[in-house]
Amino acid sequence: MEENIDLAVTPLVDTHKNLGAKLAPFGGWLMPIQYSGIIEEHNWTRANAGLFDICHMGEFAIEADLSKSNLGDLLTVNLKSMPEGSCRYGFMLNEMGGIIDDLVVYRISEFKWMIVVNAATTSTDEAHLRKYINSATNLENISVHLGKLDLQGPESRSLLQGLIAEDLELKYYTFGYFNLLGENIIISRTGYTGELGYELYMPNKKIPELWEKILTDKRVKPIGLGARDTLRLEIGYSLYGQDIDQNTTPLEAGLEYFIDWEKEFIGKAALKKEKEKGVPKRMIAFASGSRRSPRHNYRILYKGEDIGSVTSGSFSPSLGVGIGMGYISREVKTGELVDLVEGSVSINAKVVNKPFYKNGSAKCERVKK
Amino acid sequence: MNIPDNLFYTKDHEWAKIEGDSAKLGITDFAQSSLGDITFIDLPKIGAKIKQSELYSTVESVKAASDVYAPLSGEVLKVNDELINHPEMVNKSPYESGWFSIIKISDPAEKDRLMTSLQYKEYVEGLSK
Repeated sequence: MEENIDLAVTPLVDTHKNLGAKLAPFGGWLMPIQYSGIIEEHNWTRANAGLFDICHMGEFAIEADLSKSNLGDLLTVNLKSMPEGSCRYGFMLNEMGGIIDDLVVYRISEFKWMIVVNAATTSTDEAHLRKYINSATNLENISVHLGKLDLQGPESRSLLQGLIAEDLELKYYTFGYFNLLGENIIISRTGYTGELGYELYMPNKKIPELWEKILTDKRVKPIGLGARDTLRLEIGYSLYGQDIDQNTTPLEAGLEYFIDWEKEFIGKAALKKEKEKGVPKRMIAFASGSRRSPRHNYRILYKGEDIGSVTSGSFSPSLGVGIGMGYISREVKTGELVDLVEGSVSINAKVVNKPFYKNGSAKCERVKK
Repeated sequence: MNIPDNLFYTKDHEWAKIEGDSAKLGITDFAQSSLGDITFIDLPKIGAKIKQSELYSTVESVKAASDVYAPLSGEVLKVNDELINHPEMVNKSPYESGWFSIIKISDPAEKDRLMTSLQYKEYVEGLSK
C-alpha cells in the first residue's frame, strides 16, 4: 500500500510496527502518528507521562571560542550570556529576517555547543552554517549517530529519577550529563508539550534499549506525532514549515521575546526595519465555541473581510473545542470575533491569548521536603 | 474489519441498512478506523432532501475534516442527536449507536448501485494491498 522507499527511518521503526502504530511520512521520515489514538495519547501525556521517538530531529556538535568564532552572528540567541549547562530557544534567520529554522542551543562547556534543529531543515541549516562560519568554528553534523527520546508529562521526573543514580536536579531549560545504559548522555529539561519533561540524547544504537527500559514503567505510554501536534498547539508553540518558515519573521510570528536586540545577527537589519515600519502580518490565536475545528489554510474573516489564513488548526482534546493560529493583515484585539471559512463551512471563533491550555506542568519545580 | 452482512455499502465507506421504505445510514468500521478519533459530526437537518452520492454530512477527526456522501436518496426523518456531544460513539460502534440518520427512501432502485457486504469486503481488501 505505502510507497515509502525514499523515507528515512529511526532505530525504532520495527518497534512502532509491532506496537500497532499508524506510520506516515513526516519531514522525509517514516514516523509513528498514533498508537492507541490521538486523544487517549494526548490525555495520557497531560495526566501521566508519554514517550516520543524524536530520532528524526537534527543535531550539530560545534566547537567555537566566542572571542574568535562568528557562530553568534548566525543565531538570534545571545551565546555569550548563556551559562554552561543551559539551553536556549531561538532562530537562524536569512538576510530578510525570514526564519531558516527554529532551534535550541545547548552550551556544553566554554567552547562546546550543541544545536538541535528540525528534521526537514537539517541539511538546509548545515549548508547555511557552513556558508557563514569562520575558521575558528568547527561544525559536525551528528544527526546520523545521535538519537533522541522525549519523556513528557507530570510523572516524568519521578519516573526518570528511578532510572538514574545521580540526582535529577534540572531547572527548566537546563541540562546535564547522566549515566544511563552505560552511556554518559545529555538529558535536558525541555520539550514541546507544555508539561514537565525531558529530552534524552542517546547514541542511535542504544535507542531501542532505552525505549524498552522506559516503557517497562506502566506510568508511561508511547505517544505519536499526532498527539505531539495537539499537545504543542494547545500551548501555542509554532511548528516549523507550517506556522513559521523563510517567509515569516519572528516579529510576525509574535516571537520577539526570543530576539536579543543587544547583539548582532544575520537578519537583524531587516527585523529592525520591520519593527519600525510595523509588521505586514501578525500571528493570532483563536478558539471556536464548539467542537468544530479550523484547519490549515481556512480563511480568516473579520466582520466579513478576508484578513488572512489559518496555519495550524485542530480539535483540542484538553479543552474540547476547536483551536488554531494564523496570520492576519490587520490588528484584531483579544476577545473579538472572527470567522474561519472554507467552502460552505464557517466557524465562529474568538481571538484568545496563548497558551490555549494554561495548566501545563512544564515549569513546576521540585517541592523540597 | 467488521463488515455486517445485512447492510449495503458505498466506495466512500458509508453504509445503509434498509428497513421497508426507510434506511438507517452511517459510516463503516474501515472509515472510522482510517479517520481516527472523531471529534465532530455535521449532521443533516430533519426534512432535508439528500441525493445519492452527494455530500450530506461532514465528519471531523483530530487531524482532518472529511466529506460524507449519501448512500441513497431520500428525506431525512431522524438524526442521531447523541453524536453531537459524543461523536466518539462512531469510533466505538460505527454500525449500532454510531448511526448518523434515518431517511425515507425516494428511489428503491438505487440500492442496486450499492455493494453487498461480500463485495465491500473484497473492495476493502483491494485497498489495503
